[in-house]
Amino acid sequence: MLLLHYLRAMKGIVGRELWRFVQQRERFFSALVRPMIWLFVFAAGFKSVLGIAIAPPYETYILYEVYITPGLLGMIQLFNGMQSSLSMVYDREMGSMRILLVSPLPRSFLLISKLLAGTAVSIVQCYVFLAIAWCYGIEPPVMGYLWLFPALVVSGLMLGSLGMLLSSFIKQLENFAGVMNFVIFPMFFMSSALYPLWKLQESNEWLARLAEYNPFTKNVELIRFALYGQLNIEALYYTVASLLLFLFVAIQGYNPSRGMMNKKKGR
Amino acid sequence: MGAGGKAMMDSMALSVKGLSFSYGPQAALLGVGFDVQRSQCCILLGPNGAGKSTLFALITGLYHAREGRIALGGNEIKKSSFQALSQLGVVFQQSTLDLDLTIKQNLHYHAALHGISRKQANNIIHQELERFEMFERLNEKVRHLNGGHRRRVEIARALLHKPSVLLLDEPTVGLDLPSRQAIVSYIHDLTKEQGLAVLWATHLIDEVYPTDQLVVLHHGKIQITGTVSGVIEKVHAENLQDAFAHFTQKEVG
Repeated sequence: MLLLHYLRAMKGIVGRELWRFVQQRERFFSALVRPMIWLFVFAAGFKSVLGIAIAPPYETYILYEVYITPGLLGMIQLFNGMQSSLSMVYDREMGSMRILLVSPLPRSFLLISKLLAGTAVSIVQCYVFLAIAWCYGIEPPVMGYLWLFPALVVSGLMLGSLGMLLSSFIKQLENFAGVMNFVIFPMFFMSSALYPLWKLQESNEWLARLAEYNPFTKNVELIRFALYGQLNIEALYYTVASLLLFLFVAIQGYNPSRGMMNKKKGR
Repeated sequence: MGAGGKAMMDSMALSVKGLSFSYGPQAALLGVGFDVQRSQCCILLGPNGAGKSTLFALITGLYHAREGRIALGGNEIKKSSFQALSQLGVVFQQSTLDLDLTIKQNLHYHAALHGISRKQANNIIHQELERFEMFERLNEKVRHLNGGHRRRVEIARALLHKPSVLLLDEPTVGLDLPSRQAIVSYIHDLTKEQGLAVLWATHLIDEVYPTDQLVVLHHGKIQITGTVSGVIEKVHAENLQDAFAHFTQKEVG
C-alpha cells in the first residue's frame, strides 16, 4: 500500500513536469533552438578550422558536426538541469514547491522524483534534437540510440542534482545570469563538448587538466561512447560519483532542520 | 509532562507547545503554545509580521524548530512526519497552483502526492468541486480563473486527502467582499459538518465568528487565547476590534 503511494507520487511528479513542458511551447522551442544554432551555424563555421583525428569511439575521420553532437546533447541537459533548478527557486518563492514539500512522503524521495521529472523532460528534448540532426546527416548507429537512453538518464540526474544543489543555495530569482557565468559557461567550455581534450592540451596544459576533471566532460564522454554503442566505464563511474555527491549535498540543503532554507527570512 | 498531559496532547487535532524559532539572531517566535480541537475553528489573529507565516512554515514541516513541539493528532511533526503530514491540509497565502495546467491536472497532481488512486481521486474531485459549483470548469486552465475561484480550487485541493486539520494562511487576501464572505462561511460550515480542526491566520477582524477560538499573536508571542467573548471581557473592551487594538498597539517588551 505504501509502495503504491510512492509509485503514484512519482508518477504524479514526473507527469506534471512533462505536461508543463508540453504546454509551455516557448520553452520547448527555445530548448531546441539553442543546440540547433550550435550545430547549424557554429559547427558549420568551425568545420574547416578544426580537424578531428581518429579517436575512440570513432573509427573513421569524422566531421566536426558529428564530433559536437554528443556535446550538444550534454548542453541540452546542462541547461535543463540549471533551468529546473531556477524553476525550483521560483517555485519556492511562489509556493508550489511548498505543496510538494508538505506532502507526507520523505523529502529526499520527493526531491529525487523531481530530479527524475526534469531528466525525463531533458531526454525528450535530446531525442527530438537527434531526430533533427539525423535529417542533417548525423547518423549514429541504430543501437546507439538505445544505448544512449541509460547514459542520458545518468547524466540528466547528475546535472539535475547539481542544479538542485545550486537551488538550495541561491536565494533569489535574479541569479540566472550568475549561474550562466559561473556554472554553465565554464562547465561547457572547459569540457570535451566542443573540442577533444588533446586539442586543448596543445594550447594550455592547465586548462586541459581542469577540463579533464570537469564532471561535465565525463558526462559528454559517457554520452559520446553510448551513442556509438560503447560503454566508457571510467566516465560512468565519475558521473555516478558526482551524482551521488551532488545529490547528497542538495538533500542536505533541503533538510528542514539543517537546510539553508532556515537562514532565509520568510514572512 | 505527565501521562495525563500526553494523552491530552494526543486527543488534540493540533497541539503546539513551547515553540521558539529565530532567523539568525532575530527571534520570530517565542514560547508559542496553543491547542486546536476537532470541530473547532481557531483564528490566529495578528498584524503583519507577527510571526503567523513562520508558525505555518513550522507546522507544515518546512523548517524544524529547535525548541518546542508540534503534534497533529498526537503525531509529532519532527518524529513521525508521514503520519503528521497525512492529516494536514494547507492553503498558503500565495497561490500555489500551476497556472498553465487545468484545474483537473492540478488536483490530480495533489492526489498523486497523497497516494490516492486516479479513480478515487476523480470521485473526490467531483464531490469537492461540486460544493463550489465549479465542477463544469474542471478542464479550464487555472490562468483563466479569477482570484476567488483560484482560492476555491486551492481549498478543494487542501481537502482532497480528507485531512483532519486544515491550515489557512490569510486565504482571503486580495479577494472581493462576496468571495471573501463565501469562503469564510464555507470554512465555518466545514468545521461543523466534518469535524475538521481549522487554524485560520488573518488580520481581518470581520472574518471572526462569535463561536471561534482566538489566538492573538504579536511580536512572536501569544498575547491571549480564548473564546471571542472571553477575550473581549478580559480587557474590558467594547468589541473585538478594540480588544485586538489593545494587544497589538501597545508596545510589548
